[in-house]
Amino acid sequence: MIEVRDLVVRYGPATALDKVSLTVGAGEMVALVGPNGAGKSTMVNTLSGILKPAAGTVAVRGRLAHVPEGRQVFGDLTVEDNLRLGGRRYRERDTGPVHAILPRLAELRHRRAGTLSGGEQQMVAVGRALMSRPDVLAVDELSLGLAPIIVADLVRHLRELNATRGLAVLLIEQNARLALELCSRAYVLEAGRIVAEGPSEELARDDRVSVAYLGGSHE
Amino acid sequence: MNDLPAYLVTGLGTGCGYALIGSGLVAVYRVTRVVNFAQGAFAVVGAMCASSFLTALPHGLAEPAAVVVAAIVGLLVGIVALATNPQSALIVTLGLSVFAYAVEVLVWGDQPRSFAGLPGAVTIGDARVQTHYLLIIAVTLPVFAALALFFTRTDTGKALTACASNPYAARVIGIDVRRMGLLAFMIGGALGGLAGVLVTPVQQITFDTDVALIVNGFAAAILGGLTRPAVTLVGGLLLGVTQALVAGYGNAAHQTDIALGLMIAVMIWRAARRPAVETV
Repeated sequence: MIEVRDLVVRYGPATALDKVSLTVGAGEMVALVGPNGAGKSTMVNTLSGILKPAAGTVAVRGRLAHVPEGRQVFGDLTVEDNLRLGGRRYRERDTGPVHAILPRLAELRHRRAGTLSGGEQQMVAVGRALMSRPDVLAVDELSLGLAPIIVADLVRHLRELNATRGLAVLLIEQNARLALELCSRAYVLEAGRIVAEGPSEELARDDRVSVAYLGGSHE
Repeated sequence: MNDLPAYLVTGLGTGCGYALIGSGLVAVYRVTRVVNFAQGAFAVVGAMCASSFLTALPHGLAEPAAVVVAAIVGLLVGIVALATNPQSALIVTLGLSVFAYAVEVLVWGDQPRSFAGLPGAVTIGDARVQTHYLLIIAVTLPVFAALALFFTRTDTGKALTACASNPYAARVIGIDVRRMGLLAFMIGGALGGLAGVLVTPVQQITFDTDVALIVNGFAAAILGGLTRPAVTLVGGLLLGVTQALVAGYGNAAHQTDIALGLMIAVMIWRAARRPAVETV
């Protein structure tokens, strides 16, 4: 669904991504982990067309939807309006399927998104992305600033969508433990470069990854 | 003699003009974060065009055509202004409004212009008021109602609100924020043009009337923090009525002073309400 080859993205003279390559296959759940400032959000912003590559290629087959970092909802609009705007690009107006997946959003439909809790706003952001009936979902920092119980609920929804609808997921996370548990494959991004990649189980056993991201220690 | 009702009606009529100019500023600012100093020029262009079109077209056609021209001028200003960042765009719109003087003097000359509005006068209280003031009110209020419906009920209006609320998230879901900005400039142009077309029969317009119009429009819009059209309407009406009362019972020369005073007072009040140190 996503094929990125030798991607270079620059902010003026600074190189944010340096010859990064990654793939996400149909129905696959892939994690992109790394510390703050590694270039993870740059990657997803480039995938969704907000940033332009300086070099390399980005190919996305099917519909890609992006859940941005920091629960970026439209605070002045209702939950229902937030959802409808999510389907605007592909003229998808029926919020019913999203309500079926995330029933809480049906209860909150008339509330202004700016008045919701952090977890509810993240749910709105996920629901808004799902409105476009995506083939692949790029989720940027799902867990950031949320209580573990809320994260667990959102993760459950993502797993269900992946299992029942074949939705491919690219999960961009600082919380490497969560990302490696949820996804079958992962990339580790540091300072704009992929420094490790492979099946999540193998990466979790990798001494360097374990020490840097999973709280492990050198043996 | 009880002139108060007449002052109120003329004040409301004048205030509607300010509210339309102010709401144009709001339409542009909330989507683009650009304070459009060319907003007053849209009113002048609308008024001047209407005065020209009326030599060939009947009332009812000439005025809408003038509003369309003002909307197109708004779009052109938007294309230039949005080629840069919001801070620079403020200077760009100021420059364009000065450039507009040259074009207006070249096309229409430097003499005041006016044209006939709705004929006749009505008696309100003990005074006679031009019927045209009632037309200004009768047109402006439905325009604001239509604006409210547009922003709250239509997909495009909601997309504009989304851009105002969170431009990054708007881009994430595929809304073309620049295109929405240009649409906002067009709406600003149309609202400014409509203000010019409506007020010219009761107030002569010259190429440099834009300064007085934008000062009053800005004073109306700042009441709602440049983001709330409905509050801008209230601000415009309050300003118009206050000015009419001062002119009626005091000295008309102080009308602009009132707008400036109101604007400064509101800005001080808004600044005082903001915490001195913003916590992150």
